[in-house]
Formats: sequence, structure tokens, C-alpha cells
Amino acid sequence: MATAVRETAPERSASRPRHRGWWRWFTDNIVLLIGIAVLVYTFVPIGYVIALSFSKPSGRAASAEFETFTWDNWTTVCEPDGLCESLQLSFAVSLVATVVATLLGTLMAFALVRHSFRGRAASNLLIFLPMATPEVVMGSSLLAMFVSLGFNGALGFITIVIAHILFCLSFVVVTVKARLAGMDSRLEQAAMDLYANEWQTFRLVTLPLAMPGIVAGALLAFSLSFDDFIITNFTSGQSQTFPLYVYGSKLKGFPAQLFVIGTLMFVVSLLLVVIVELWRRRRPT
Amino acid sequence: MAQSDGEQRSGAPRDLHLTEVSKRFGDFVAVDDLTLTVPEGAFFALLGPSGCGKTTTLRMVAGLEDPTAGTVSIGAEDITGLKPYKRPVNTVFQSYALFPHLTIFENIAFGLRRRGVKDVKRQTDDMLRLVQLEQYGGRKPAQLSGGQQQRVALGRALINEPGVLLLDEPLGALDLKLRRQMQLELKRIQTEIGITFVHVTHDQEEAMTMADTIAVMNSGVIEQMGAPTELYENPRTTFVANFLGQSNLVSTDVVDSSGSTVIVDCHGQKVGVDESRSHTDQGKGWLGIRPEKIFASQRDSEDLEDGNQLTGGVVSDVSFVGVSTQYLVRMPWGQELMVFEQNTGQRQSFKSGDEVDLAWSPQHSFLLDADQDAAAGAVREDVG
Amino acid sequence: MNPSATEAVNVTDKPGQRRGKGWLLLVPGMLWLLMFFLFPTVQLFFTSLYDPSGSFEQGYAMTWHFQNYADAIKETSDLFVRSFLYAGITTLVCLLLAYPLAYAIAFKSGRWKNVMLVLVIAPFFTSFLLRTLSWQAILADQGPVTGFLRALAILPDDGRLLATPIAVVAGLIYNFLPFMTLPLYASLDKVDHRLIEAAGDLYSSPFTGFRKVTLPLSMPGLVSGTLLTFIPASGDYINAELLGTPREYMLGNRIQSAFLVEQNYPLAATLSLSLMLLVVVMVILYIRRSGTEELV
Repeated sequence: MATAVRETAPERSASRPRHRGWWRWFTDNIVLLIGIAVLVYTFVPIGYVIALSFSKPSGRAASAEFETFTWDNWTTVCEPDGLCESLQLSFAVSLVATVVATLLGTLMAFALVRHSFRGRAASNLLIFLPMATPEVVMGSSLLAMFVSLGFNGALGFITIVIAHILFCLSFVVVTVKARLAGMDSRLEQAAMDLYANEWQTFRLVTLPLAMPGIVAGALLAFSLSFDDFIITNFTSGQSQTFPLYVYGSKLKGFPAQLFVIGTLMFVVSLLLVVIVELWRRRRPT
Repeated sequence: MAQSDGEQRSGAPRDLHLTEVSKRFGDFVAVDDLTLTVPEGAFFALLGPSGCGKTTTLRMVAGLEDPTAGTVSIGAEDITGLKPYKRPVNTVFQSYALFPHLTIFENIAFGLRRRGVKDVKRQTDDMLRLVQLEQYGGRKPAQLSGGQQQRVALGRALINEPGVLLLDEPLGALDLKLRRQMQLELKRIQTEIGITFVHVTHDQEEAMTMADTIAVMNSGVIEQMGAPTELYENPRTTFVANFLGQSNLVSTDVVDSSGSTVIVDCHGQKVGVDESRSHTDQGKGWLGIRPEKIFASQRDSEDLEDGNQLTGGVVSDVSFVGVSTQYLVRMPWGQELMVFEQNTGQRQSFKSGDEVDLAWSPQHSFLLDADQDAAAGAVREDVG
Repeated sequence: MNPSATEAVNVTDKPGQRRGKGWLLLVPGMLWLLMFFLFPTVQLFFTSLYDPSGSFEQGYAMTWHFQNYADAIKETSDLFVRSFLYAGITTLVCLLLAYPLAYAIAFKSGRWKNVMLVLVIAPFFTSFLLRTLSWQAILADQGPVTGFLRALAILPDDGRLLATPIAVVAGLIYNFLPFMTLPLYASLDKVDHRLIEAAGDLYSSPFTGFRKVTLPLSMPGLVSGTLLTFIPASGDYINAELLGTPREYMLGNRIQSAFLVEQNYPLAATLSLSLMLLVVVMVILYIRRSGTEELV
């Protein structure tokens, strides 16, 4: 086989005009080229965010034009009133919401995949509906409820967290469910066969194998929560998360430090992903 | 193993008993009133086509499925209601079910650790050696070949010295050559350590190579149980006759069943069957002859062997397969019979259209009840 | 499929499923959904039927005023049409952009697969408001895109991008692209590449092979991708607010202002529920049609 290929290959390429080879490569990789072009497009605004973080604003607020280069924005990140406080609040909200939503969602996914009971269809529907509900509807209905329960003055951290857990929950359930559904139940049977009781089987086999799904669900929950504006806007009262802060700066002009934060968010999460990936590759899987 | 020796000496054999066991899934009866004893130390095979209930039987012994009725016991101990992890039984799963997140060492040590055994390291290293995987202890299952994974699955179960080792199609995922090799390997290990093996397979050759007792299962019941040679030479049902090897089944009428040889009328020609191999004594019956037991010779030649004879055949197809030549011979009543001739070089070979007579010894045929389907068990998947 | 693998399959239940108290695991999450999703939605329904003549300060009277729906839809029909139109265009363009990208990552990226996946998500690590602000700058009248298009005479000299429907839809497309790419990729990645090669063997043109093999196999991802794009896009109001003018406002803008600015709760509730109902009905029809029942 191998020799046959070696003999015919040069002959074939020689019989073909040169541009045909180039054209062939192009048609073979056209999809890849389009894909790369789409990727480049998604990075254009990031380039803007990074550039603007080094731009010295001429007036009080950042403008669309890059003017002169400066490090000032980076050294005065927390200077604009409330900016860093809003970041702190965002982190706190997202952490709590992620932990609770991941816990509740994982339990639900286990119930749905591993156990049979009446009312599965209704449960699935109730989990699906929040994902099919536009954010503005979910936010407004929550606000209406909080107001009618007399929470009007107490809108803040608690109500934001309640809302974030709600919209993260369904996404966690779906993510973990997908992982569990792909898991071979014979692995758990094998553990039971090898003298592991129910709890040991769960701890030593089920949980480690479900972990990638749970982690993915948690990451999804965190990013949805951290970036949410619409629902937060309805349930926040006077509190300001980072997205609310950005939106609130619209009237008084956007401080250039916002773009520093934006750049940092991009760089830090990218670094985290790279580190995790390198760490994963070092261990044989 | 010292332990089981001691028990043997004290006279309480740890035989596996299934008593009137049934398993139903809704309306579907997977296992129907099964009673079975596997003696301690036996290599026992449950053989049958897919869906016959053999895996369900195995899973009930392992405790992974609860019987709808009946009891499972080992020695005098009833284990029917016990959880899988409370049973002195281990399983080699189909496609192995190795823990993908644990190393080979930890996979094998899993059972020891759960039972709180002291010298895990030494025992696990010993087992790695027994299954010839000493260098692979630190790897993950995905980094091993199919045959190596199979040996990990075996070692992971064997290290616990179970009273009964269950093997669920353990060789199904291996290629043919490796399968042959592992068959011998499994047989060697079983002989060496003397643990009872219950082996589920749909591959009749695998069952015959390894097991000392085979139970042929079909539709939830055991059709016949016995040593491989007995099942092959003296099948009691058409299903067994067809599922183990190949058989020619010819419709006959019983003429005389009073003597030690039962005489039957086969489309006008009289032939005899040993009484011990006759499973019907009146009316119609299926006469069974294995293709390799038949000698063919030229029409009316003097070479025709003594014993049973059927004359008037015409060769309709010839295929040469190396060790033998396989003929199809069309008989006067229209049926085509298979005849396998060993390529000893001593016998005449034929070509399509040759007229031949057939002969075989009365001890080499069997007679089955005519109420059964002659094609039962004949169509089967050969690849698992 | 190994033949005897099916033997173990329990006929009444799915394999590996147990009966018993397992449903208890569902309780905490379900309580959350009932208390903070179902209950507020039902309450919203009642709010939508209040007498519209009341006010936030004085309270509303419950008059089962179904007329609210007719009034609201009559008043805002252009918003409904615009919302679904924008969301529809967004979904379509996202599909056209995301499919080649997902396909390239699944089949053409080789050992760069993980890198490309990270690159798909990476831009979205930055806050979505900041990204939208960037688009504001990019599409601005003095910005590079407008200048370029004017130079090519595709846009007239006083033509604009910002504050037009194009800018709003462009923002929507950009922001929801990964919601289309990732499910598509997940689906395509499961497709056995040998099937595609076999298709190339059986059908003379690669396009026929794609239509008959790859596309049907990626259907689950396509369905969930389009839903994950269409649903949030139809309720979005940030893109319209930052990249458009009141002429481009969508239903979300109106609901938001009815709730937070005018505090006209009956109107806001009526619009919210109408939007939700329309979206859910469309989603269900769509799922039925595409034959993908197991979405969640």
C-alpha cells in the first residue's frame, strides 16, 4: 500500500497544473477560512476596548476616538465613584448565585437522569420555561412580586441573588444533565459489584465522572450572572453591579477606567482558561 | 484461596444454586422459572442468542437485578436479597466498565480498598503481574489496548477472590485472534486458581473451548445442559442441534423403537439411530446428522461405508475451505444436505453434478421430536 | 450495538434509573422555580388584568380588564413586529456566521480545536455593555466603518450606520453569536466524521452530502442554537437603546420604561405576558416542526 502511494503521488501532482493545487487547497479550507474570518470579527470590539483603555480622554469622559496614549487609566482604576464597589458587588452576587444554582441544579439533574417518578414531564417543562422567557419578562415579574410583597425598599443584594439563581438554574440543569446522560451506568454497577456501598459509589465514581459537567454548569452560571444587566436592572433597587454601573454612566459619560476593567476581564479569564488547559494536559487523562 | 481450600475440606462446597428464578420486565419474561446448580470450581458457560435471558440471569446472581421470584444462594447462604456489594461475587462486565478516572493500579485495588484489606500494594502488584500488566499500573484505562483493558477487568474482579466470578461476554469486544488467545488464558487462570467461573456468551465456539459445563438458554429457559461433547453429539432439541455447530435435520417416521437401535423411515429408505440418542419413539421425528459425520461416495460404488445409507444424491454445490471440502447434496426428496469431507487426501473429491450416495454410523445421528421448528437456533449472529 | 447489551435494558424504565425517593433531589430547585418563576408569572397575569385607570401610588383595582391586552397590542403592534423582525434577522445571520465557524472547529481545526473554542468564547468574557459601547464607537459617524462605506459610495456622504436599524441588528448579531456557535459545535462534534466521508462517497456533490447527512445530524444543535439566539434577542432592549434611536426601539424598551419609568404596572404586565406567550408558542411550534422533542 505504502509503496503504491509513493509511486503514484508525484505522477499525479505533476500531471496537474500548479494553480489547481492552490485552488484545491482553497476549496478544501474555505470553511476554515470563513470560520477564522468570523472569529476575527468577534475580536474587533475587544481591540477597541483594549485600545480605549490606553486612551487619554480629551474631555471628562472617554470618547470613541483614540486620542493620546496614556497609562493613567490603569493606575487610577478605582478613581471613578463607585466603580470598584460595583465590581465587588458583582463578584459577591455571582459567587453566591453560582454556588447555590450549581448545587440545586446538580441535584435536579441527578433526579431527572437517575430516578424515575411521576411528573417528570411537568418538571422538565418548568425547567425549560425560564430559558424560553425573555429576560425583560422575568425581571419585570420578579420586580412586581418583590414590590407586592413589600420588598420595595429592601431591593438589593438578596433580591439580585434570588433572581440570578433563578435564571442560572435551568442552564446548570441542562449542562449537568447532558453529562450525566452520557455516563455509563455500568460504571456505578461495577463499583457496587466491587464492594462500594451507595455513598462510596457516589463519592468515588459518580461524582468524579459528573464533575466536568458540574464545573461547566458553574462556569456558565458565573458568566451569565456576572454579565447580566436586564434582570438585575429590575431587581437591584439602589445597588449597582458592574453592568448597572456601566449603563448608569451613559448619562454622565463613560469613564475611561471602564475599558481598563473590560480589558482586565478579558485578559484574566483568558489566562485562567489557558492555565486550566495546561494543567489538564500535564495530567494524563 | 487458602480460605476456600479450607472450606472445601470442611465439606461445605460453595456451589451456586438458582432455584425457580424468574425475572419479568412488564409483560416480557426474561427468565422463566430457572433452576440451576453450578458446582464449586466449575467453568460454567451460559450460551444463547441475544435476548435469551442469559445476561439477566447473570445480573441476578451479581445482585444488579432483583428476581421477580425464586432464590439465589451460594453454598448454604441465601443471597437473593443482598446488595451487590454484600455478595461474594464479582463481575467482569461487558466492555469492562473500567473506571476512566482511576489508574490501572487503583482500578484493580478498588475492591481491596473498599473491604479495608491491609496489604493493598502487595496484592495489587501480584495481580498486575498475574495479568501481565506490571508496567501499566500508573496509566489510565483509555491508554490501554482492548486486550489489556480486558485483563484489567479480570484482575479487578479476581483480586477479591470471589466465590463466583461472573463474566458477561468478556471477549466480545476483542478481535478474533486476540479472542482465541484470551480464551486459553482465561481457562489457564481458572484452572490455576480454582474459582467458579460463570461465563455468559453467544459464541458457541468460545463456550465449547473453555467451559466444562454448558447450559444452552433460549427464551428464558435452559434448553439443555451438559458437557460440550454431550451437547454436540447428543442434542435434545432442534435449537441446540442448530445453535451448537451445524446439523442436517431430515423429516422421518419412526418404524420400530423396540430394539437398541430405533429404525426410522427416511423418505422410503430405512436408517437406524442409537436408542440413547432417540428423543422420540413414535410418529414423526427429525433425524439429525452432523455434516462432518457423513461420508459421500460415488453412486453405486463399492466404497460406500456400512451403517446407515441414503442413496440418490446429486452434488449441487462445492466449496473448498482448506481443512475440509463442504458439499451440498440434493436428495431425491428435494432437501439439500451438508456434507463436510476432511481433506485427508484419502477420499475421492466430487464436483457439482456428480451423483453420490451418503453413509454414516448409527451412533452418529440423533432423533428429535417433530413438534419443534427445524430452523430453531439456525440463524444467528456470529459477530458479537 | 452489542446484541446482548439490550438484554439488560429494563423495559419499563430507562436503563440506570431507579424508583424510590430520588425525586426528593428535585424539591429544592423546584421550590425555587415555583416561588420565583411560576408564582411571579401568575401574579403578573393578575396584574395585567388590573384596571388601568389606577396608579402606582394609589394602587390598582382588580377588574379582570381583558381589554388591556387588546389595547396594549393595538398600541404597540409596531413594537411587536419590529422585535420579532429584528430577532428573526439576527437569528438567521447568526446561523449563517456560526455554522461555518462551528463546522470548521469540529472538523477542520485539528489540534487547534481547543484553542479555537476558547477564542469563540474569549471576546464574551468582557462585559456585554462594554462590547456594545465598542460597537457604538466602531459604527459612529466618524468611525472607520462608516468612513469606509462612504468612500466606496455604498453609503451616501451623509449616510449613517449608528442610530439605524442596521446598527441595532448588528449589535444583536454580535452579542448572541456564541449562543448559536456553541450548541452547533456541540452537535457537529458528535457527528462521526466517517459518515461525512461516506456521504462524499455516495453523493457526487459535497453539497448534497452536506444536505443529506451533516445538516440533519446537526439538527439538535441548530434548533437549540436558534432558540438560544431568538429568545433573548426578541426581549432585548440594550442594543436598541445604545445603538439605535427611539425609532428602532423594541418591545423590551417599552416594557422596561412602563415598569421602571412610568410605573404603569398593568401595561407592563400585559406586554410582558404577551411577549412571553408569543415566544413560548413560537418555540413550541418550532420544536414540534423540527421534530426535536428532547430539548432539555
